Amino acid sequence: MGRMAGRRALLAVPVLVAVTFGVFAVAAASPFDPVKAYAGTAGLTASQENLDQLRANLGVDQPLVSRWWNWLTSALGGDLGESAVMRQPVADVIGERLGWSVLLAATAFTIAVVLGTALGVLAARRPGRLLDRCVSSAAYTLEAAPAFWLGLLAIWLFALELDVLPAGGLTDAASDTVTAGQVATHLVLPAAVLGISQLPWFFLYVRQGVADALDEDPVRGARARGLRERTVLLGHALRSGMLPMLTLIGSRVPELITGALLVETVFSWPGIAAATVQAATSVDFPLLAALTVLATAAVVLGNLLSDLLYAIADPRVGFDG
Amino acid sequence: MTARSIRGAAAAALATVLLATATACSQPGGPDGGGSGSGAGDSAVVGIAYEPDSLSPLLGYGKDGNSKIFDGLLTLDADMKLRPALATALPEVSDDGLTYTYRLRKGVKFSDGKPFGAKDVVFTYRTILDEKTNNASRTELDAVKSVEATGDDTVVFTLKYPYAPFAQRTVLPIAPEHVAGKQDVNTGPFTTHPIGTGPYLLTKWSKGEKIAFRANPHYWGGAPKVKKFTMAIIKDDDVRATRLRSGELDGAILPPNLAKGFARDSGTRTYAATTYDYRTVTLPTHNEVTGDIAVRRALDIAVDRKAMVDSLLNGEGRPAYGPVPTDSAWFTKGTERPHDLAAAKKILDEAGWKPGKDGIRTRNGVRAAFPLWYLTGDKLRQDHALAYASDAKKAGIDITTQAGTWEVIEPRMKQDAVLAGGGSPADPDFDQYTLLKSSLAGDGFNNMAWYDNKTVDRALEAGRRSGDEAERKAAYDTVQRELVKNPGYTFLTHIDHLYVVKDRFGPLTTQVEPHDHGLASGPWWNVEDWTPKK
Repeated sequence: MGRMAGRRALLAVPVLVAVTFGVFAVAAASPFDPVKAYAGTAGLTASQENLDQLRANLGVDQPLVSRWWNWLTSALGGDLGESAVMRQPVADVIGERLGWSVLLAATAFTIAVVLGTALGVLAARRPGRLLDRCVSSAAYTLEAAPAFWLGLLAIWLFALELDVLPAGGLTDAASDTVTAGQVATHLVLPAAVLGISQLPWFFLYVRQGVADALDEDPVRGARARGLRERTVLLGHALRSGMLPMLTLIGSRVPELITGALLVETVFSWPGIAAATVQAATSVDFPLLAALTVLATAAVVLGNLLSDLLYAIADPRVGFDG
Repeated sequence: MTARSIRGAAAAALATVLLATATACSQPGGPDGGGSGSGAGDSAVVGIAYEPDSLSPLLGYGKDGNSKIFDGLLTLDADMKLRPALATALPEVSDDGLTYTYRLRKGVKFSDGKPFGAKDVVFTYRTILDEKTNNASRTELDAVKSVEATGDDTVVFTLKYPYAPFAQRTVLPIAPEHVAGKQDVNTGPFTTHPIGTGPYLLTKWSKGEKIAFRANPHYWGGAPKVKKFTMAIIKDDDVRATRLRSGELDGAILPPNLAKGFARDSGTRTYAATTYDYRTVTLPTHNEVTGDIAVRRALDIAVDRKAMVDSLLNGEGRPAYGPVPTDSAWFTKGTERPHDLAAAKKILDEAGWKPGKDGIRTRNGVRAAFPLWYLTGDKLRQDHALAYASDAKKAGIDITTQAGTWEVIEPRMKQDAVLAGGGSPADPDFDQYTLLKSSLAGDGFNNMAWYDNKTVDRALEAGRRSGDEAERKAAYDTVQRELVKNPGYTFLTHIDHLYVVKDRFGPLTTQVEPHDHGLASGPWWNVEDWTPKK
């Protein structure tokens, strides 16, 4: 298990390096102009001389490879560079925001996995019955519903009509201290929306997996031996029915990141997602590269996690290596 | 790890989530939650759509005045008249218009307790003028040759050429040298945690979420009555309207269709700020069709501006005949052009543009057709572009509207028409010089239409160099009359900006606003003077 994790970590290094170069290359090829983005509306009245000076100051007139190499070497030395669009060191940008995104994504993921599994097992137990039909059709509907739309709907219902939850932000708009209680209340809606938008996948996989397993010989055998229904369902069917879902956990990470992006915007959540969009459209190389490394690392870790879980849940699979 | 322990962990996680949800439900936020918008009498929370990149004046923040954290040497009042702020009076201008002398207010302190002085003024302007500083608005101080402190409380600006509106530029905020001078001007902590002399102190800037201010108890102009002021950053228009309705916000900027929803609400008031914010179509000189004066004049009267204001802006705006709005003191009366399709057709007929079989005119084999670009995703510009094209079609001119980003549009600006926006109310020079001066054609986004008119060039120079009000008025009258004879742009509308604010703050005022939706635009431009009702 440790060896597998180590090997994957080693493999991740060239992947990450290649990804950063890819980001620089794609950004350089994009039609966006970092100087225009930096100047914003002021750029519409600035003289060409002023814009040229900015170009030189920001160092964006250098060739692609040397820009990338400079960034990589200083990043390895611990200096992530400075974000032009945020007017701050990249490390500060990430430090201020990453925690809130992780909190949001982790809560949402937990909601999706736990609720998805629970509902999946319940639905698979009696396929075609009322609960199964309701939850399944809801899941298909949800799968088609964009996360930002769900967000607006949730704000309308819980913040406006029922007035029980705050509509956005990390804390109440008028408050300038961050307390755990405030963050908890403000987390409920965005995390629930993000979690619920991810839930259908887990639900559908578990439902199918458990339903299939319930039809298989080992389960029939277990029932024939007179084991309790609970043991059969959770001990046998869920165990083999969970396998496809464990693979899913890893592959849902990128979806979770994109989902978080929309949800953070709707709820004014001060996470990393908004910074990512801004870094991309402003061709802010240092920030964009650092964020891409983070996202790539999350995906690599997600895959590793699902492989580890898979191997734990089904010893026949084993760890590679 | 075994399957059993996974189950254990899952159960624990589920329990945590349920618990968190339960606690959340028992402590509702909203108006009764204590800390929210309408809770305390001396706090105000407003929703804004744009977030600044930086709060450092050295990088351009607050350059048009009204920055809350900072003061400029001068400031603009409700009628856009210059008033002294950190200076004790308006500057003394030398007879040749080349030297501006400011006497500074004594006893002013920055919010960290250190005194403000002439060295801070000199530091601020020199840093902005330094080409290593990434300030994209540096061009606005182009006229400055040098800035010197002569004594602790006197600052003298020397200009390269006489520049009448220079005093308008000195509303830009003054940064403390003892803080900002000791760090990287482009990325140092001052850009996000500024310190100034202004009526408010920054307490927290949570990027993407909000900017929170606290009243400066030692403000030289008197401590503000609104003790806490928060700007919540909510990019989505619908979410902003929703959060205003839920009581979390005390005010917000809204597009006309959403502001309408609050019109009959008791408890809120809608403010329409008049602006210099124009929408215009550039008619590039280098295009065979748009470069023809007959076509330009025909388009200028073929377009139905009144209909655009009524239908595109729900009446919240005014027809525009140039960058100067019709209700400005600088507007030249008699240059309004009423919609007159018959006259437009007559102009084209006389110039030799004859209608073809498809109704589109041609002259010497050239078809009266050109593309018109507008910014992707900007609904208002798209609406204007489509309305313009449809009006032009009635006169026999075929305009193809196309959407693009600035990256796509910019290389085509020399040949193709663009639906542009802009507007800066402080002085007529600010807009007209960069829009119309022939020497600035193709310089960045200046003079996008490559307008070239010697009479206008001379008038623009006279207007900026003369210190005499009457001479300046005459110069800008000349410019506006020339725009009737040879319009290089078809100006369409000036757009009102709409704000909805709770009426517990009493009747508020708005300033004439620029194109930019600055942070301090809107009824909260003078939040430091608000007196909330208890």
